[in-house]
Amino acid sequence: MIDWQHFTPVSALLGGAMIGTATSILILCNGRIAGISGIIGGLIKVTHADRIWRIAFIVGLISAPLIWQMFTVLPEITISASPGLLILSGLIVGFGTRLGSGCTSGHGICGISRLSLRSIVATLTFMLTGFVTVYVMRHLLGLIA
Amino acid sequence: MKIPTLAILTALLSGLLFGLGLLFSGLANPAKVLAFLDLAGLWDISLAFVMAGGISISMIAFTIARKRSASYLGLPVQIPSNRQIDRPLIIGAVLFGIGWGLAGICPGPAVVLLGAGSLQGIIFVVAMLIGMGLFEVVNARR
Repeated sequence: MIDWQHFTPVSALLGGAMIGTATSILILCNGRIAGISGIIGGLIKVTHADRIWRIAFIVGLISAPLIWQMFTVLPEITISASPGLLILSGLIVGFGTRLGSGCTSGHGICGISRLSLRSIVATLTFMLTGFVTVYVMRHLLGLIA
Repeated sequence: MKIPTLAILTALLSGLLFGLGLLFSGLANPAKVLAFLDLAGLWDISLAFVMAGGISISMIAFTIARKRSASYLGLPVQIPSNRQIDRPLIIGAVLFGIGWGLAGICPGPAVVLLGAGSLQGIIFVVAMLIGMGLFEVVNARR
């Protein structure tokens, strides 16, 4: 059943457009894909000249909530996962995104935007396992709120 | 290759705008992400609109970028050339989806949560970095 009460199409579309503008700036000015897992993962092993734009991008990303707070209060952020679950989740996300060469941004937004079949398959796959995981954890096992 | 100073600023601006978009859209809120991934419960379809908004803008940019060999700042346009749908892609995506579904956090929002000073965000990011490091170790041995 669709939750119309929490349905926020306007802020979702506008926020999405901001993200799309961000990926556009990076590909048109820097010639790079705005894939967050790739940008972070690449920091581990690349040369100095390649490292600096990655650091700049991450600094921008981390600064977003700080800049936001200069003007207004942060929107609601609710994390129900326990510390143990956060650690497990983080480990799997870190390993999986590097093995699969991308996450929601690199495959989901940039990849689909350039109609890459590889990224479309990856996105459908992680959406599917995401759906199944929430179903199992929330409805079968009752482990997440 | 030396990167022009302006390119550092555009990368910074891109990251900032990306983060603001995540906050504005609701994607930085793990509870909303889980509501989107919860088909069997009360399904919040808002995040499909974030994808639609993001893809529609960035599709224009990629159409332009694909026709160019150099970016507006003279840097090489590096669009992935790999077209193979192979095992690492599928296994990696399967794993990522599972991890995403466990806490409702993917890499972009994780970094934003870090900036928001969330302790849970810090725990997640540290674990994620260890996961990425583990991949490098395993990958080096393959």
